[in-house]
Amino acid sequence: MRLVGAALFGIVVVAASAPAGEIPLGERRAGYDFMSRETRAMQDDDTANPGMLWVLEGESLWGRKVGAAGRACADCHGDARTSMKGVAARHPAFDAGMGRPVNLEQRINRCRVDRQQAPRLAWEGRDLLALAAFVARQSRGMPINRVVDPRMQAFVDAGRATFYRRQGQLNLACSQCHDDHWGRRLAGNVIPQGHPTGYPLYRLEWQGLGSLQRRLRNCMVGMRAEPYEYGGREFVDLEVFLMWRARGMTIDSPAVRP
Amino acid sequence: MARALINVPGQARRGEIIEIKTLISHVMETGHRRTEAGAPIARDIIRQFVCTYNGAEVFRADLHPAIAANPFLVFSTVATESGTLTFTWTGDNGFSVTESAAITVS
Repeated sequence: MRLVGAALFGIVVVAASAPAGEIPLGERRAGYDFMSRETRAMQDDDTANPGMLWVLEGESLWGRKVGAAGRACADCHGDARTSMKGVAARHPAFDAGMGRPVNLEQRINRCRVDRQQAPRLAWEGRDLLALAAFVARQSRGMPINRVVDPRMQAFVDAGRATFYRRQGQLNLACSQCHDDHWGRRLAGNVIPQGHPTGYPLYRLEWQGLGSLQRRLRNCMVGMRAEPYEYGGREFVDLEVFLMWRARGMTIDSPAVRP
Repeated sequence: MARALINVPGQARRGEIIEIKTLISHVMETGHRRTEAGAPIARDIIRQFVCTYNGAEVFRADLHPAIAANPFLVFSTVATESGTLTFTWTGDNGFSVTESAAITVS
């Protein structure tokens, strides 16, 4: 009972502390800045960064003809080093056909289905992650798009509402950790600000590559909320907001995170 | 998918100590885990890594179930002559991958 009481007291204290509000632009820090020297070294060296295994795989998929159309990504888009430069820095982007934003994985699958006439790739499957990692790699070092498409404003606002909404059995909002308590510790781990600069990224805990939505699911399970579906509009809107929140920060995909 | 990333300096002076880095894609399933239904998941690991330099073995490692997925091995050797470094990973379920890299020694 005493333990339960202490746990409840802890939650009440967190809930009662004053929100710090949005992080000023000058104080934003990427997850990279919170990592140990060893993990940074792993990310910085392309021959030590395990995310590069997926990038290499994505490069070979880029040139492979698939589907009823018998077309490869390269047949339309050519050399990804030029054609895909900056693409990850401006996704999720507005898709006129759907009337709402699509993220990088959804964009790849739209191409698969519409242009290549091939079956959709599974969320978190090896091929989709590999293609996303290869495309995102071409934006490494570029700033996340600062300009908001006016059609996107409603989705930024919807994502913001999710970010500040308390949810789950712990009644926590994303902002309570990532705006109000970043830099402090949650058990042994430093709480980062939650900027999605490096996705898809290699997480040591996963021993594999994963998307931003997989990471968001982890947080939601942690706050004992039911995660949204992969590709669900709540997740994509949240991605839109997180990218807006990280506007101007540098893409470092494929990143390595603890 | 079995992909390996190898970093060997392309050129070296004779007698120089060179660092070699290898990274290979592998799940390294321990054999100690179970599925949600309780069925054991069979072990699937790389068991051995060997590096040869113009046919002579210069480094060997035995790998075990506690080693993380996508093993990253770094070791060093002495650049003695121009030639080829060959890397071989072998493991469970007939896993076998061989890669090579050239080095010029002056």
